[in-house]
Amino acid sequence: MTFFYLAPWIVFLPVIGLLVNGFVGQRFSEKVIGIIASLASGLPFLISILLAYSLAGHSEAVRWSVGEWIHVGKLQLDWIFRVDTLSVTMMLVVTGVGTLIHIYAIGYMHEDVRNKSDIKRFRRFFVFLNLFIAAMLILVSGDSYLMLFVGWEGVGLCSFLLIGFWYEMDTLGRPSWANSEAAKKAFVANRIGDFGFLIAGFLIFWSFGSLQFDAVFNAVRSISAVNSPLIVAITLFMLLGVAGKSAQIPLYVWLPDAMAGPTPVSALIHAATMVTAGVYLIARSAALYTAVPAAQFVVAMVGAVTALFAATIAVAQFDMKKVLAYSTISQLGFMVAGVGMGAFGAGMFHLVTHAFFKALLFLSAGSVLLGMERGHHSLSHHPVNENRSLKLRSTHEAGKTPAEQDAHPEEVFDPGDMRNMGGLRKTMPVTFWVYVIGALALAGIFPFAGFWSKDEILAAAFSQGYTVVYWLLTIAAFLTAFYISRQIWMVFFGEARHEAAAKAQESPRVITVPLMILAALAVLGGALNLPKALVGEGLGEKLSVWLGQTISIPPGEFIGSVALISTGLALLAILISWLLYGREPLKVGDADPLKKFLGPVFTGMEHKWFVDEGYKALFIDRYADIARFTANVIDGRFWHDWFHEKVIVGTYNFLSNIALDRYVDQRGIDALVNGVGRWTKEASASVRRLQNGFVRSYALAVLVGVVAMLGYLLFK
Amino acid sequence: MVPVTYYVALSAILFSIGALGVLVRRNPLIIFMSVELMLNAANLAFVAFTRFYQTLNGQIFVFFVMTVSAAEVAVGLALIVTIFRTKHSINIDEMNGLKG
Amino acid sequence: MTVDLLLFFILALTAIATALGMLMSRSAIYSALFLVLNFGTVAVFYILLNAPFIALSQVSVYAGAIMVLFLFVIMLLGTEVLPDTKALPWQRPLAVILAVMLAGEAIYLLFIRKAAGGQIPAPVESFGSPQAVGLELFKHYLLPFEVTSVLLLIAMVGAIVLTKKEKGGQ
Repeated sequence: MTFFYLAPWIVFLPVIGLLVNGFVGQRFSEKVIGIIASLASGLPFLISILLAYSLAGHSEAVRWSVGEWIHVGKLQLDWIFRVDTLSVTMMLVVTGVGTLIHIYAIGYMHEDVRNKSDIKRFRRFFVFLNLFIAAMLILVSGDSYLMLFVGWEGVGLCSFLLIGFWYEMDTLGRPSWANSEAAKKAFVANRIGDFGFLIAGFLIFWSFGSLQFDAVFNAVRSISAVNSPLIVAITLFMLLGVAGKSAQIPLYVWLPDAMAGPTPVSALIHAATMVTAGVYLIARSAALYTAVPAAQFVVAMVGAVTALFAATIAVAQFDMKKVLAYSTISQLGFMVAGVGMGAFGAGMFHLVTHAFFKALLFLSAGSVLLGMERGHHSLSHHPVNENRSLKLRSTHEAGKTPAEQDAHPEEVFDPGDMRNMGGLRKTMPVTFWVYVIGALALAGIFPFAGFWSKDEILAAAFSQGYTVVYWLLTIAAFLTAFYISRQIWMVFFGEARHEAAAKAQESPRVITVPLMILAALAVLGGALNLPKALVGEGLGEKLSVWLGQTISIPPGEFIGSVALISTGLALLAILISWLLYGREPLKVGDADPLKKFLGPVFTGMEHKWFVDEGYKALFIDRYADIARFTANVIDGRFWHDWFHEKVIVGTYNFLSNIALDRYVDQRGIDALVNGVGRWTKEASASVRRLQNGFVRSYALAVLVGVVAMLGYLLFK
Repeated sequence: MVPVTYYVALSAILFSIGALGVLVRRNPLIIFMSVELMLNAANLAFVAFTRFYQTLNGQIFVFFVMTVSAAEVAVGLALIVTIFRTKHSINIDEMNGLKG
Repeated sequence: MTVDLLLFFILALTAIATALGMLMSRSAIYSALFLVLNFGTVAVFYILLNAPFIALSQVSVYAGAIMVLFLFVIMLLGTEVLPDTKALPWQRPLAVILAVMLAGEAIYLLFIRKAAGGQIPAPVESFGSPQAVGLELFKHYLLPFEVTSVLLLIAMVGAIVLTKKEKGGQ
């Protein structure tokens, strides 16, 4: 009993959800909107389960066609849903984690729109979220590179819409273009990546004659035998696209800024799903990458370097979500390195587990943020005015919620700053425990999910001889454990460094229940792909075998020494962080203890190694210079002032005034026309003289006629 | 005997003289008289031909021409008199009201 | 040169001479009198052409009635001699040329082309007698005869109406 016919509904249901919410949602209450949106994500999850069940006894991929699309010359493309193990895995992750986040978001946005004084915007959030789910599912269910790209662009759009959700403010609610700038940055960086993807697509079509997956992958062997550099070009351009979407070097810069969006957005899009699209792309194109080991090396190196680079930055960040953002970049580096090395099973496994624990971490961070906000509101004893929308006021008063304006006239409160937090484990216990679980999973501590997946990548690197990659990733794993435990000590332990933290309150169940579900997944998720060496054939490597039906997965490794080294380093990192942050908790106004040891290195890490500043000086300002030059000199002085004014207008004036007006019109045409009139007058004046009134002349005329007629008749 | 051509030639000459009179003289009475002369010349041609062809049709015709010409003279002279009453001049050059 | 021919030429000359005289006389009365003579000459021609009735009609109607009318009106309008005109000086020579051309064409037609022809045949006895004319007139030309009487009536009425003075002056 198969359910493949349900495949198109994974896209149609979210679209229906967003249309319903979009067009008739004004009348619904927040609860109803949230339920519609969650169903629009939850029902596709059930469908994905049914599809997975249908695939279980059906190893071939199923291509379910919805309709004809492009039929132009050699390009023949229809909208076909590809149901195979790889795409169903992604579908399950997207819809599963997505539904949990939808439910969480009902509670989170309920508070957020009240904090930012615009409750009407609640509905818009869920419309965008559903749109994102639809686009992401189009991406993973596409049967050709073009369908994938449609989804690719769609999620890019949704990222822009959702990062810039509070478009008129910055993260602290002050009127600013900061959020819009962050959204724009995401879109622009993604666009550069899309350029790479498109070039790769063009090359694929040019060399393979088709963009459809099966057609391309079946022909890789023959084409690469003839023209290997072409495949290298294709894979490297695709890597550029991956660097954009999955935030690798050099295009990762948009992801930290994307934290400007509401926390559910960060969790869903910038942790669990959208950013993994790049990893999915490489996994899908496994046939292409395995044909060119040179490209594989490049991909693996890019992933590894990014992993380490981002981890160093995360160590010195003070904003809670920024730590998690750089952590995401780092973990994506792990994934990219994994699939780059050809360990597709390991990479995809890490993608799934990372979705669990990173979503968990982000959502819990959101819970912490809300708790801080609640504490802050309770401080001022002023009720929040829910119906006042945030208009741009004078900078002096601007940006603060009415509560803030009344209570602290000159202070702007940042609920995400870890230096304001402390001791939250007592006030927010549930959040604390789920956060710890997520942190342990991230750090890769046995037996949490992250341990198994990260270790598989490290083992693959070690055994396949990617030594540099192995060491880079191992150091990155060390730093990962360090920064996440630093975060836990700073946020949850010690004493509250701000009154808001002291008064923080736990979040309601609609928020904490999804957190608990994700925590369970973070604990148990490792079971998906346990190494066969440990648990035997029956239980082991479920995911790899499952994925192996679609792409060729090398057998998983379990190298005990690698596991020991990584676990040992992680525990060492936790110890060091405890020594620095946990033993003597920070007080208000203290500098970070690491600054003492690392000095300028710490400053570099804190300022993200000045990469954004470098990009600005190298590219953005130069681009502005070019634009200014083009506008002022080329367009202004040359094009407009000279060419238009002198050449075109002057020529036109000359033509019309002198050539046409004076010569053609006045001397030519007027002379002609007036001449006709004048000639008529003169002719008629002369003819008029016949009518002189003299009878004698009339009679003469008669006689002339008679004589003439007679003469004619005579001499005819 | 006189050939009929001579009579017709005479008639033509008289006719031309009459035409010349109409054109050249400025007294309307004399112009009118020239018209009568022309009519007369035509009558002469008629009579000559009818004598030549031995039928009386020409003579009847002349009879009628005479009658008509008499009537015409009466009316024409009345006109001239009327015009003289308004214009107080018999110079035909002064009757140029049709001047365009 | 027979007698007829001689007679013809003399009479022809007279006719032409009187016509020219009428044309060129300064005084209107002299012109009228010349014309009377011309009519008389033409009447003699008619007699020569065996049209006695017509001849006498000519004398009584043309020379008698019409010319008398002319003379009356000439007397009425005054007989001043018109001064030479300065208008249309070109018209006079042109008219002469044209009249000569007309006569010339006719002569050409008659004598060089010989359009009309033949000697006049011998006369029938009662050809042109009043009896014959009357019979012809009342038998075959009755309608024109009656219509002519209407014409004369119209002429009379017209003449009276034209010369009638407006009632009450003005």
